[in-house]
Amino acid sequence: MNNVFVICEIDEGKVADVSLELMTKGRSLANELKCKLEAVVLGQDLDGVEAQLFPYGADVVHVGDDKRLAPFTTLPHTSMIVGLFKEEKPQIALLGASTMGRDLGPRISSALQSGLTADCTSLVIGGHEDKKAGKSYENLLYQIRPAFGGNIVATIINPDCRPQMATVREGVMKKEIFDAAYTGEVNKLDVDKFLKPEDLVVNVLDRHMEKSKVNIKNSSIIIAGGYGMGSKENFNALYELADVLGAEVGASRAAVDAGYAEHERQIGQTGVTVRPKLYIACGISGQIQHTAGMEESSMIIAVNNDPNAPINKLADYAITGDVMEVIPKLIKYYKQNTK
Amino acid sequence: MGLKIVVLAKQVPDTRNVGKDAMKADGTVNRAALPAIFNPEDLNALEQALRLKDKYKGATISVLTMGPGRAADIIREGFYRGADQGYLLTDRAFAGSDTLATSYAISCAIKKIKDFDLIIAGRQAIDGDTAQVGPQVAEKLNLPQITYAEEVISVENEKIVVRRRLERGVETVESALPAVITVNATAPDCRPRNAKLVMKYKHAKTITERQSESEDYIDLTADRPYLNIEEWSVNDIETDINWLGLSGSPTKVKKIENVVFQAKEAKRLTPADEEIDELMKELIANHTIG
Ligand SMILES: Cc1cc2nc3c(=O)[nH]c(=O)nc-3n(C[C@H](O)[C@H](O)[C@H](O)COP(=O)(O)OP(=O)(O)OC[C@H]3O[C@@H](n4cnc5c(N)ncnc54)[C@H](O)[C@@H]3O)c2cc1C
Ligand SMILES: Nc1ncnc2c1ncn2[C@@H]1O[C@H](COP(=O)(O)O)[C@@H](O)[C@H]1O
Repeated sequence: MNNVFVICEIDEGKVADVSLELMTKGRSLANELKCKLEAVVLGQDLDGVEAQLFPYGADVVHVGDDKRLAPFTTLPHTSMIVGLFKEEKPQIALLGASTMGRDLGPRISSALQSGLTADCTSLVIGGHEDKKAGKSYENLLYQIRPAFGGNIVATIINPDCRPQMATVREGVMKKEIFDAAYTGEVNKLDVDKFLKPEDLVVNVLDRHMEKSKVNIKNSSIIIAGGYGMGSKENFNALYELADVLGAEVGASRAAVDAGYAEHERQIGQTGVTVRPKLYIACGISGQIQHTAGMEESSMIIAVNNDPNAPINKLADYAITGDVMEVIPKLIKYYKQNTK
Repeated sequence: MGLKIVVLAKQVPDTRNVGKDAMKADGTVNRAALPAIFNPEDLNALEQALRLKDKYKGATISVLTMGPGRAADIIREGFYRGADQGYLLTDRAFAGSDTLATSYAISCAIKKIKDFDLIIAGRQAIDGDTAQVGPQVAEKLNLPQITYAEEVISVENEKIVVRRRLERGVETVESALPAVITVNATAPDCRPRNAKLVMKYKHAKTITERQSESEDYIDLTADRPYLNIEEWSVNDIETDINWLGLSGSPTKVKKIENVVFQAKEAKRLTPADEEIDELMKELIANHTIG
């Protein structure tokens, strides 16, 4: 009762990265709250799925394995989780801010009349004093997120309703094995108990999934280009640099909007969040929506012809100059000085 | 019987063009400095509705918006593009609503509209960026939902077929009606205003707007009922007051911070060969690269 729950997503038999990242976060929240961490997995052919979750610190894995639960449709998943939550009364429930999580989360929160905060960038435990009502609260979940197009950061709380629900985007939290030998219990859910016939009114007729070609999230060096690159052709210099350094190419939204790079490469609030060892920002001004997705990089080098570009405030090295002058020099030096 | 569509549209501050004066000194948003616009994805939603109206004879579109009095602009914008009816839900009792209280109020208004086959919302509003109201309305009305719609392919034989955009692919789904769909920005843009419709509807007003006008306008709706924008307060719809506004909102804002950079001292370099070479040498030496 009153534990921390993570609603997990399954992608071809594997628990999605975003769910494992939330397990890691959930584990540390559960430790702080001195409660259990429980995972919910719904789908089909899930035999043994718990083995993927125990190392991340799951104390209980609830498994709903039924052909009516795959492929994902909203209503059957909602009924399962709402039914389970009515019994288990979680204090916190986390979901990925994925197409699935952002479809399912609001539906569950509406059914349970509990609050949901979308797209959190940080989750922290803390207290709250409601002076007007003369009430004080301990151990609330602070759901911290950018709002208003990224111009403000808001801390949201749900003082009175449970569960406290939040979605978090892939890559925002860190995924870390808690204990490779950790085990917990498996709770097989009775699907017939929760599902209603009217949950099955939506059918997936057809589905085309594309394998992602770019893998910027897991790259330890990222060369990112912005609108200041000037053209799609100039982006080739970035691919060349990335090629010699074994890096991936990322982009700002302005560069993506201008057609210089594919959307998959977009970094920032509405793209992916990355934290590579080295981030080279080329012709990127450094608006908050962009930096939200890269500020945790270990080292940042900015190449910008404006000495006052905001990105320079974040950078370890700020090269003031033209990208098309600087990048070939980086390539040249590297080629000459390494085998 | 024609298809009856309700489009949910919100008036939002234009957060995409936030200037220096958009934030007040105390870190709160200066709404007055931001132009109020039709939420972009709600225009995509409206376009999907208009396409259905083009395709299915007798289909009608109602635009429902909840907000302050000036949100009636949204309904007029809807008329100018081909909507037939407008409802403005406005009351102080709705102030301070989070997404759950908003969807509750909207769902109560839809229950009053009663006769509908399809509700079309935008995926998300650019002020809150939550994408929650559509699914929450669907749940409150106990209807199926289809999110991230890119195209409504057909609405026939009591079924709707929709193509939806996922993170890494597309899916075609079929649902029973009535249903709620939310439309993605990747769906086609909304058509522009139609000049004839602008002429026809430019005097469309809510009762409150008419009352503040001269006598002539008050009478306009007598022979032209289509110029009336329905205005509903909390008393016009059936609600449980505890579920509205601040008290009906489980989420509370504890703190708001203006976004500031924690400036650190960057090492400044020029593109001179020696400086670039020195930097690269250092990066190779400390194994950042190579
Ligand atoms: C809700 C919302 C979400 C958003 N999400 C994202 C997001 O996820 N990711 C994102 O990136 N943005 C996002 N944005 C957009 C963001 O606000 C900025 O508009 C965008 O990041 C700017 O991209 P940029 O730095 O490439 O372009 P610009 O701001 O135009 O900057 C170009 C820079 O290049 C420099 N430059 C020009 N020519 C040269 C040259 N020859 N050599 C060197 N430097 C040069 C200029 O000095 C300037 O600093 C979002 C905005 C909103 C409202
Ligand atoms: N006040 C409102 N009035 C009408 N529709 C709304 C309102 N708030 C949200 N919506 C609808 O719900 C969608 C998602 O909003 P949000 O959950 O705020 O991102 C919007 O694109 C609108 O279609």
